Amino acid sequence: MNKTKVSRDKSLTIFSVLLLLAFIFYAERNFNHYTIRILENIAIFITLAVSYNLINGIMGQFSLAPNAFLAIGAYTSAIFTLSPEEKLRSFIIEPMIWPLSVLSLPFAVSLLLAGLVTALVAFFMAAPVFRVRGDYLAIVTLGFGEVIQVLANNLISLTNGSLGLKGLHPYTNLWWAWGVCIFTIFCTVRLINSSYGRAMKAVREDEIAAEAMGINAFRVKTLAFTFSAFFQGVAGGLLAHLITTISPSLFTFMFTFNLLIIIVIGGLGSTTGSVIAAILITWGGEALRVFEEPSNFLGFNYKGVPGMRMVLFSLILILVMLFARSGIMGRAEFSWESLFRWFRRKLPC
Amino acid sequence: MDYSFALQQLVYGLTVGCLYGLLAIGYTMVYGVLRLINFAHGDLLMVSAYAGFFGIVIFQIPWPVSFAGAIILTALLGILIDRGAYKPIRKSPRINALITAIGVSFLLENLGLVIIGGRPKSFPMPDVFAGSILLGAVNIPALSIWILVITLVLLAVCLVVVRKTRIGMAMRALSRDMETVMLMGVDKDRVISFTFALGSALAAAGGIMWCMKYPAVEPFMGVIPGLKAFVAAVLGGIGNVTGAALGGLILGLAEVLIVAIEPDWSGYRDAVAFFLMIIILLTRPTGIMGEQLPD
Amino acid sequence: MHRVFLMITALCLGTLSCAMAAEPINVGALLPMTGSVAAFGQMAWEGINTAKKIEPEALGRPIEIKLADTKSEKVDSANAVSRLIEKEKVVAIIGEMISGNTIAASDHAERSKIPMISPTATNPLVNQGKKYVFRVCFIDPEQGQVAARLALDQLHAKTAAIIYDISQDYCVGLKTFFQREFTKGGGKILAETMYKMGDRDFTAQLSRLKAAKPDIIYAPIYYTELALIAKQAREMGLDVTILAGDGAQAPELVQLGGKAVEGLYFTAHFHEDTINTPMGKKFYELFKKEIGKELDSYTAQSADAYFILVDAIKRAGSTDPVKIREAISSTKDFEGLTGKITIKPDGNAIKAMVVNKVQDGKFVYVTTIVP
Repeated sequence: MNKTKVSRDKSLTIFSVLLLLAFIFYAERNFNHYTIRILENIAIFITLAVSYNLINGIMGQFSLAPNAFLAIGAYTSAIFTLSPEEKLRSFIIEPMIWPLSVLSLPFAVSLLLAGLVTALVAFFMAAPVFRVRGDYLAIVTLGFGEVIQVLANNLISLTNGSLGLKGLHPYTNLWWAWGVCIFTIFCTVRLINSSYGRAMKAVREDEIAAEAMGINAFRVKTLAFTFSAFFQGVAGGLLAHLITTISPSLFTFMFTFNLLIIIVIGGLGSTTGSVIAAILITWGGEALRVFEEPSNFLGFNYKGVPGMRMVLFSLILILVMLFARSGIMGRAEFSWESLFRWFRRKLPC
Repeated sequence: MDYSFALQQLVYGLTVGCLYGLLAIGYTMVYGVLRLINFAHGDLLMVSAYAGFFGIVIFQIPWPVSFAGAIILTALLGILIDRGAYKPIRKSPRINALITAIGVSFLLENLGLVIIGGRPKSFPMPDVFAGSILLGAVNIPALSIWILVITLVLLAVCLVVVRKTRIGMAMRALSRDMETVMLMGVDKDRVISFTFALGSALAAAGGIMWCMKYPAVEPFMGVIPGLKAFVAAVLGGIGNVTGAALGGLILGLAEVLIVAIEPDWSGYRDAVAFFLMIIILLTRPTGIMGEQLPD
Repeated sequence: MHRVFLMITALCLGTLSCAMAAEPINVGALLPMTGSVAAFGQMAWEGINTAKKIEPEALGRPIEIKLADTKSEKVDSANAVSRLIEKEKVVAIIGEMISGNTIAASDHAERSKIPMISPTATNPLVNQGKKYVFRVCFIDPEQGQVAARLALDQLHAKTAAIIYDISQDYCVGLKTFFQREFTKGGGKILAETMYKMGDRDFTAQLSRLKAAKPDIIYAPIYYTELALIAKQAREMGLDVTILAGDGAQAPELVQLGGKAVEGLYFTAHFHEDTINTPMGKKFYELFKKEIGKELDSYTAQSADAYFILVDAIKRAGSTDPVKIREAISSTKDFEGLTGKITIKPDGNAIKAMVVNKVQDGKFVYVTTIVP
């Protein structure tokens, strides 16, 4: 690729980001709350999927820990932004432990802290966790998620137990959600295209060969794990301040399953795929609600079956896996070059 | 904690452990052949529970027939799931099969919810299994003995099938090297279907036992036992039948003993169980009886 | 030409008849129809639908219920509530069943000024500082205190042991307030054990309770687990009286528990025999005829939430959500299915509490306590 093409791609990317920002500006003023909420959800799920894909897709390590990271991030940021009065009111079982009970920080600081705390936990977890491989890694990380949930239920003076934290200020808006989302994609893509990213792919393809080439597989794994945990923690903070309440039941392994579904449908290892699938699944989950409502379709009176949405969701999931085996994108990534090539093929001139 | 109290807890722990073990054996067999974490395994437990319930309560069929029917039905469903959902993607990456398995699991749960409803149904217990034996100060429910005996018998059957029969030999061979086995003229799909049927039948038997012990039948009843069985299977070394039973026993005993020894920890029970598992896996990265698997 | 003219007339007539039929009033039902507590949502849905047959309209306009599933989780609760408000244009919402999900949903309802009535969210945090969030059930402190008084004064218990679900706010709330009142009244808690939602084996926990030899066991949990716990307790020879909360009132308790739940007491909202209001009787008969099941607490309270809402719309004389809110908050001595209900300014309900007992496989009325 020559220099002009690189600078052309760069300006195209900047231009499309600006276009997205303009769209957000427009959406914020003209869309209703429901649509805005879906858009915010989409941004958070893109953030989660892209960072999760780094571990499972790019590096090929089967981790099931996102619900744990999400929980740590959500609790950290929520504990730091809640006002002391709200903490006093909410903690009706046991009062909150002292220094935290009077602390209240700005949202941006709490998000950063959420990311850092989560990254720190991931960093210390990496050493024991990456001693095992494959399905054993899956079960250890799954166990880690369960342990976090149990801790959140039991450490009442820190998390308010199963009553959860409520009354968070709805700080998360389109700008925060999409800002973090774009930043995450930017950082992840930069990492993937760096020498570390190539090392990660080498570990995915053949760990022993990678080690033979002088790559310290453990170091690369720890780096990716910590990096991805940071963004998942931040996303947790965003999610907490979007729904304004959190409790341990929010962070079950079902959440991880949903993310896993997103990254596999998008194409494991493709950041572009993760983005597309996150949009499709978050929006689709809402769109499928139509099947639970009574409707009159072509004179056929459909009464609406509550619960039908999840039945259809699982059927679609199975069918997609059967007929689009490597997901939407496979391992391919979006690039301006391929887009132009596609256009050229479609419009022969 | 006195002597009889400890023995009593051992009885309870063994019962839970056997149930986990029974489910874990089925889990591990499918895994051993296909390298597929069959997340729908726990939901097969639910299907067999409903089948047994409908047989006895709605259709008034005598219980041995109902139970046998439930087991056969679940085994057939296992084959159907394999043919419909897993067979077309045998050549795809393993994670695709995993997602399909999650999809099948969601489908079974939500179909149950839409068709039958979420309100729990009471599972009837035949009189044969009722009652208990008093041994000194230790109370042994008859059902616990039944569960232990049935688990041991089924474990023995599985071991014989896997080690001594031709189809068992084919199963073991498939788990080593699928392509070579096909070159040897083995009908791969028949062997896999058989594995699924056997694994599902074990889940069904486990489900019926589970329901007699905890008689609430509901669409999501299989999720937690399924997860626990998965943990047990990994703990024992996934792919290894004896290991799975052993893993189930360890998990069940650990869950009961943690609470019995220190009731204040009862809130942390799951955490302690998972912590134990993590420790075991860190010292033995392929489970208690597992061997290094080719990736 | 002729045909075109006919068509135009038909079209005009069509629109005319449409305009003449009154436009329905949209009411949202925010219920967990799938996910871990789908059973509660399905019960509530039956209650609301049966209630709608008795009170199908208000202000001369039919009421239309828009159902939105929450998947028993928070993200979907928050999404569903904004869908109901923005897309279905509901004037009020009935739901959710679980406190945590109600809190997640209430934030958006509060900001959009759409009143919400929860049938069964008992946690005190649900409507803390909220103007538009109401409920027709007791809150945990009231019920925990009444249970403690009942244990001390009427069941003459001096010591108690508790088993509860640590992952459910309902259970943790009741347990905490029971414990406070019980120890304040001179009682002693001998043992306290927990489990987590989805657990089915309680033998280890119950062994501990048995070793403590309490006068009474307080089990503030939902009916499925309660039935299993009672069963396992009786099997190990633990014959202490069990006391539970309103989560116990469902026919499944007796179906699953059988003989083991005999003699079990629970604090509740109503008993079939105490339904004495005209509307309550009408509902009860219709429910028996159409559904044919024993009436449970979740169904009854959802019906009450619906009745109170319709009453409020009628009194408000308009479908303006703000006026409906005013009307709900001034509900006084409303003769509902579960007794006389008054809504306090803070959104909580004042109503008498009933104590029921299981006897011969049936729920038997014991006494009424006014908290």
